[in-house]
Amino acid sequence: MTGGEAAAEAMRQIEPGVVPVYPITPQTPIVENFAFFQASGKIKTEIITAESEHSVMSAAVGAAAAGVRTMTATSSAGLALMYEILGVASGMRLPIVMNVANRAISAPLNIHCDHSDTIGVRDAGWIQIFCETAQEVYDSTILAVKLAEHPEILLPTMVNQDGFITSHLLENVEILPDSAVKSFVGEYHYPYSLLSQDESKTFGTLMLPDFLFETKVAQAEAMRKAGEIYEEVVAELAKITEREHPKFELFQVDENTEAVIVTMSSAAGTAKAVAQKLAKKGQKVGVIKIKLFRPFPYDELRAILKDIKNIAVLDRVFSFGSVPALYSEIIQTLHHAETSNKVQSYVFGIGGRDLREADIKEVYNNLQSDKFSPETKYLNFNS
Amino acid sequence: MKAKILPGGIITEGGNSVSNKTGLWAARHAEVDQTKCIKCHTCVAYCPEGCIEIEGDGKNVRVNEDFCKGCMVCAVECLVGAITMKAK
Repeated sequence: MTGGEAAAEAMRQIEPGVVPVYPITPQTPIVENFAFFQASGKIKTEIITAESEHSVMSAAVGAAAAGVRTMTATSSAGLALMYEILGVASGMRLPIVMNVANRAISAPLNIHCDHSDTIGVRDAGWIQIFCETAQEVYDSTILAVKLAEHPEILLPTMVNQDGFITSHLLENVEILPDSAVKSFVGEYHYPYSLLSQDESKTFGTLMLPDFLFETKVAQAEAMRKAGEIYEEVVAELAKITEREHPKFELFQVDENTEAVIVTMSSAAGTAKAVAQKLAKKGQKVGVIKIKLFRPFPYDELRAILKDIKNIAVLDRVFSFGSVPALYSEIIQTLHHAETSNKVQSYVFGIGGRDLREADIKEVYNNLQSDKFSPETKYLNFNS
Repeated sequence: MKAKILPGGIITEGGNSVSNKTGLWAARHAEVDQTKCIKCHTCVAYCPEGCIEIEGDGKNVRVNEDFCKGCMVCAVECLVGAITMKAK
């Protein structure tokens, strides 16, 4: 199945109570397939066809506050349109799970993959997971529900996949039986439900300078805690799937590795294929694929990365006026390492521009011939 | 505030904005000259906070200073100029 179908299948098995929807390329297959499941009577989810993504997320906030498991999907401009409410969802601590098929935000208008949509909202307070394959999308959607709803977390979660590249290309995906997914995610018990009758509550309160700071610190702590609980959730999922989902995946990385590419999402697949070919020629190269982007696994990653001399970070997004997102996280990771690694920033794949094996080879060549520059370099770019 | 604050800023109380005495923000409050007042209820209708009341017996116009923010709309709209703004 495609990455989009895998997300829809996971959603079908989870059977959330409410799914507000609005279509946008390339996430549409997710909500279309899900709506088909509901229309054919396989699930009893209430689908709300809202008038825009802003309303979709608003409806999701209402449903989640009422104590109903809520999921949705979007991309690009849809995510951008939701922006105001993303902060409401995370600030109100509502465990909404959303699949995002990463697509470039406008302008100029582009329907193809890059990470400007999700990275553009990296500070919105949502847990962010990036998936390389359709299998990962399937597994991550299921684990995201369990992670988000954990009583010490209660934070909304985004499960990202590369638009078109992962969302529309067919792969083999191993799915669990419906009952296994249902028993893994369990019943949703939101502790502060709007509809509970034990005590009156007010949601979406006004909070003045005397309280807001502390509330946000509590939110930051929940996000930090999500990093710990992520390990527990993936371990529990691994028991039934026999697949691991570490916060970052190491490919051909050991104490002899000399050069490594750090990247996210489907680009990691291309990098791994090239690294594998180069290893056959005796080159000591590896790939680190970051899966959990928020909360970023600084400590665990530092332990591995500090001993690798030459690092290239491949970002599929610009951060105008600054350095690209993943690169800045890697610099932060190494900041307290007290080692002298060389890190080269690359931007690739903007607006769906292909990442070719030749591009990865070029990166490894530069790493191994010690060609570093403080400027961000571009791959497959027409200068 | 006696309510608990739950994660997400949810509070275990409803309608508690009455405990936030916004009248404290005022630089001056409205004062009604009861003898000039013709009990037309214009000020009651115009007050954005709904804090002017004409009490039961119809004889006393009361400005609730807990919530009067001193916006002066009542003083401007009063048909007979019975309302003046007095500094606190």
